[in-house]
Amino acid sequence: MSNYYDPADLRKFGKISDWNKELGDKFFDYYGSVFKDGALSAREKSLIALAVSHVVKCPYCIDAYTKDGLQRGITKEEMMEAVHAGAAIESGATLVHGVQMMNKYDKLSM
Amino acid sequence: MATISLQKRKNELANAERQLEILSNGIFKNGELPTFKEKISEINQFPLKPKKIEILQINVGYMCNQVCEHCHVDAGPDRKEIMTKETMQQCLDVVKNTGAHTLDLTGGAPEMNPNFRWFVEEAAKAGVKDFIVRSNLTIIRANKKYYDLPDFFKKHNIHVVSSMPHWTRGKTDKQRGDGVFDKSIKALQELNERGYGMPGSNLKLDLVYNPSGAFLPGDQMSMERDFKKALLEDFNIQFHNLFAITNLPISRFLDYLIASENYEDYMYSLVEAYNPTAVSNVMCTNTISVSWDGYLYDCDFNQMLGLGVASKVKHISEYNEDILNNRNIVISQHCYGCTAGAGSSCQGTVA
Repeated sequence: MSNYYDPADLRKFGKISDWNKELGDKFFDYYGSVFKDGALSAREKSLIALAVSHVVKCPYCIDAYTKDGLQRGITKEEMMEAVHAGAAIESGATLVHGVQMMNKYDKLSM
Repeated sequence: MATISLQKRKNELANAERQLEILSNGIFKNGELPTFKEKISEINQFPLKPKKIEILQINVGYMCNQVCEHCHVDAGPDRKEIMTKETMQQCLDVVKNTGAHTLDLTGGAPEMNPNFRWFVEEAAKAGVKDFIVRSNLTIIRANKKYYDLPDFFKKHNIHVVSSMPHWTRGKTDKQRGDGVFDKSIKALQELNERGYGMPGSNLKLDLVYNPSGAFLPGDQMSMERDFKKALLEDFNIQFHNLFAITNLPISRFLDYLIASENYEDYMYSLVEAYNPTAVSNVMCTNTISVSWDGYLYDCDFNQMLGLGVASKVKHISEYNEDILNNRNIVISQHCYGCTAGAGSSCQGTVA
């Protein structure tokens, strides 16, 4: 294997069930149900999935949900805003720890 | 974006045999993916048989004012294959006697055939229930001589089916050429003015959506909802139905898939999305496609691949529905395009 990530591996995702059918099937059933229309539309969930894909930095998921978005007619403007929403939470999560730093700094300082 | 056909560019994919070779080699030859024949054999649908002929689809020529990137016809201004009046007359003889309820004219831009209007006038007299012209919309604004097409269509109660890849200018022009979006919008407004596409109107105006890239169409109903909302809000345009059509991996779309290194992924997507329930309703089971020179095919795609009907009857001049109904439909791997997801046909989804 020459790379840790091979785009063609995404096609083989289903094969994880080969080594543990019960858990694999449960996962894919659950996954399928999550992305159906519900209180949120499948379209909205696709954009959430795209944002999360970036936050967890999963190249397979980014490929999958960019394509899913195109298939749903989601525009590139909508996709980029979703990525920013994810990025904003991720950077906010870093920055909010600044308060911890400030608390510790103050506690340690006379 | 190229402005000439593959044929004019002398691209190897202008050759149907080369396309069929590509579709049978590689991932299908080494067993990575099952062939279409293997797949439909699983549900005892091989050989694929026709049902009753309901739709007569006539391709009146490959000349077009546009050179769309995904075109399966490889149509364009440089294509000279045009149906003659003599062949049209042979088609009319069939139209008058056929049991088919739908007559579907396509191209190229069918309006560019010099005998198009005569043919429509004559065919309309036969009283076919549904008479479709597949118009690319921009032709209506391409030249003064076409400006009155909306009135002509209305006069003969033509059902207009038009391509509209997206409701945004960027995506439309990228696939179909600069300026196509604005011209299409203007043409749709003119059709609306004549009553086409209005709620409750008998003048039918449907749009065809096909993806502008290496991905499959989304759910037809939700795409229709999005198109209707956007076209009404942005341009006050109305239409009846949206047909979501999958791009088949042949001709210019195949060229694009290979050049952009999307071919294998796309074929995987088609095979993964294979829907056995779509197989029994694919359009080749109720359609006969006639080429510009009068030869008969199972569908417009087989026509472009040079795959004539497997029947004693091969030409419109010897047309016989009973004999044709006994044929086996000719298939290859491109057929996966019609069985993916909710299925795909010139009339939209089939499953």
